[in-house]
Amino acid sequence: MSIILWTDALVFVLIACALAAARYVSRREYLLSSWRRVGESRAGMAALTVLSAFILVGLLDSLHYRPRLEAVAGKSTNAANGYSTEVRSALDMLLMPLKSGTEKTYSAPLATHLYARETVELPDGTQARVFPRLKHGGAHLKAPAEDWLRDVVAKTLLGLALAVLAGLTFTGIAVQAAARHWNVPWRTARGRIWRGETRFAWNAVLVTTAALLLIAGPVVALAGSYHVFGTDKVGQDVLYLTLKSIRTGLVIGTITTLAMLPFAVALGIAAGYLGGWVDDVIQYLYTTLNSIPGVLLIAAAVLMMQVVIDTHPDWFATAAQRADARLLALCLILGVTSWTGLCRLLRAETLKLRELEYVQAAQAFGASAARIMGRHILPNVMHIVLISVVMDFSGLVLAEAVLSYIGIGVDPSTISFGTMINTARLELAREPVVWWSLVAAFVFMFILVLAANLFSDAVRDAFDPRLAGRQVVPATQGQAT
Amino acid sequence: MIAYIIRRLLYAIPILVGVNLLTFALFFVVNTPDDMARMQLGIKRVTPEAIQKWKVERGYDKPLVYNTGAEGVGKITRTIFYEKSVKLFVLDFGRADDGRDIGHEIRTRMGPSLAIAVPVFLLGLFVTVTFALLLAFFRATYLDFWGVVACVALMSISSLFYIIGGQYLVSKVWHLVPISGYAGGLDAARFLILPVMISMVAGIGSSTRWYRTIFLEEIGKDYVRTARAKGLSELAVLFHHVLKNAMIPILTGVVVVIPLLFMGSLLVESFFGIPGLGSYTIDAINAQDFAVVRSMVFIGSVLYIIGLLLTDLSYTLVDPRVRLQ
Repeated sequence: MSIILWTDALVFVLIACALAAARYVSRREYLLSSWRRVGESRAGMAALTVLSAFILVGLLDSLHYRPRLEAVAGKSTNAANGYSTEVRSALDMLLMPLKSGTEKTYSAPLATHLYARETVELPDGTQARVFPRLKHGGAHLKAPAEDWLRDVVAKTLLGLALAVLAGLTFTGIAVQAAARHWNVPWRTARGRIWRGETRFAWNAVLVTTAALLLIAGPVVALAGSYHVFGTDKVGQDVLYLTLKSIRTGLVIGTITTLAMLPFAVALGIAAGYLGGWVDDVIQYLYTTLNSIPGVLLIAAAVLMMQVVIDTHPDWFATAAQRADARLLALCLILGVTSWTGLCRLLRAETLKLRELEYVQAAQAFGASAARIMGRHILPNVMHIVLISVVMDFSGLVLAEAVLSYIGIGVDPSTISFGTMINTARLELAREPVVWWSLVAAFVFMFILVLAANLFSDAVRDAFDPRLAGRQVVPATQGQAT
Repeated sequence: MIAYIIRRLLYAIPILVGVNLLTFALFFVVNTPDDMARMQLGIKRVTPEAIQKWKVERGYDKPLVYNTGAEGVGKITRTIFYEKSVKLFVLDFGRADDGRDIGHEIRTRMGPSLAIAVPVFLLGLFVTVTFALLLAFFRATYLDFWGVVACVALMSISSLFYIIGGQYLVSKVWHLVPISGYAGGLDAARFLILPVMISMVAGIGSSTRWYRTIFLEEIGKDYVRTARAKGLSELAVLFHHVLKNAMIPILTGVVVVIPLLFMGSLLVESFFGIPGLGSYTIDAINAQDFAVVRSMVFIGSVLYIIGLLLTDLSYTLVDPRVRLQ
């Protein structure tokens, strides 16, 4: 039985909006030209490729269903209760071996034995403290001590070979398509792309894809029979946890913006265009909200929401739905606390725009205030909205981790970078040190945030009119000229 | 000037009233005191008597805004709104759930918070402005390029990583400083040096990049070209002209946080066990001590408004064209 969580629905709405916007932009040359500039940025396109990989994982994780329960003999199950209360996603289905392959407790990356000694009874009746074998990690090896290295190397090489194959195929198809498009020989097309003579930064996309494949190939090849990133305290596979965290990060980064955007845009433009008491009220509203330190306002709101959720357990059929409600509420709260900055920017820009001739012309023609704001001002402040949306994303992903650490973030049962770090934070104090969960969470978060930052820089450079045409001259040349 | 300050302070009153109404609505209207009591005492097995006792102990048993049972002024004053929200205006914070006086706690915890926040603020400002000037001096060279790359990388790292990683490396592996704790007097330096360094490093990336953008914007202006044309060296241009003119955008971002330094840092204080206001807030959030969270929200807003006022006043100091009236 498929099930659509609230955040899933919003994710799909967001994608529909993005597709509609893409269609709209692709038919208007003046809008397209800015996006072309984004496409020329090598760093931006490499970042977009990485982001696409993350988004793919996040989307797979947004298709939820409740698996059908096996009919138990002797018990009749009615149709409504014939489904498990556990909510799974398409990603869970793909990663079933990782999800279900839990161990007893910590095990190091690619290990074949647990990380902690246990007392076991030997065949001759005596007891010994040994590191027991893992149930899943390297379980296929008969003599781990001898076979382990050979097996790992063999699987890594196999993964690399597959990755090279896939990479070559993908590049080949891309070059072939380009060659057909330009009507030039294959070799010429390859040369053009490789030397970066195309307007769109194809070489950055292809190189990044190849790098992603080269990393993913061995991981996939090894993940079938090992815990590539080890296991955490309760024996869950860390690779599975990090992949699941991606969706939470993306949802926080995007839904929050989606939630705050209508308020910020409507109020910002209204305050700037209408002026008078509307302006006063809106300014008062955002100054008040802004004057409360963000973390404290979020803390207060989340604590209150927690009380609401806890006192109404009957609202939610499954634990996943409850956790999802909390995730959505967190997004809304973050949205409420973060719209003020954009609102202020839009107000200032609208103040400037409303004095321009084209707005005055519209007024002279008798266009209504609503029409002027919607048709004439809104399109001309969209670049500010876009820049602030992409710039906010990385900050929100980072904020999620901090908030979850403080205990006012996502539900503890939601897998996220924040909850991973929170459960793993004492592991560095252990002896011997357990480092892999923390490192995995931080590395994945770093890559996601770095890609988002680079992409948002590319978007800002292309859309910000203040930066357009500005050239920075080196100090030495500056003196000479 | 004095008249301006007084008027600005009067403007602050409606904002503080708004903050107060908002927190009141969040804490008492969205969830009734009954809900909170049930939450604190456990959702399931909880008797009405226990809830009543919990409310009486904390003074939550009165009506929200209007007490029909009381006489005269009591109709207004013997309510939750008056006792819990209005009294915040005279800095009467009441008692925390553990019975301690919140006002006293805040006064004693301010010191350790400032002991971290002030060095971080001053050192951080100095280091980031220096780096940004350096990058601006070497603009459009490889040094600048890689400097910006480093900044973007630094700002993409979670602040939790700086804290957890730094604590592990410096305290646990190298044994240079104690892992956590605090001591009064000069002895405090031993405990403070690591958190100060870590918070500083965590902030370097984004601030350096921000200041670099400001400096580059100034460098593109005509007066800089004039300064060069009359033969000033690039260093003189940077320090005497660019830095001075970049003060307005820098002050906008910097002065407003000065009063907020009192609030301390949530993460750093809780990780390093420093008994400041930041860790006080975190403890209150974890213990769901709403009285403390409410007080901190109020203090935070007051400090922010003071910061805005200071920002405007500071403009007059660096830019003689700005007149406040």
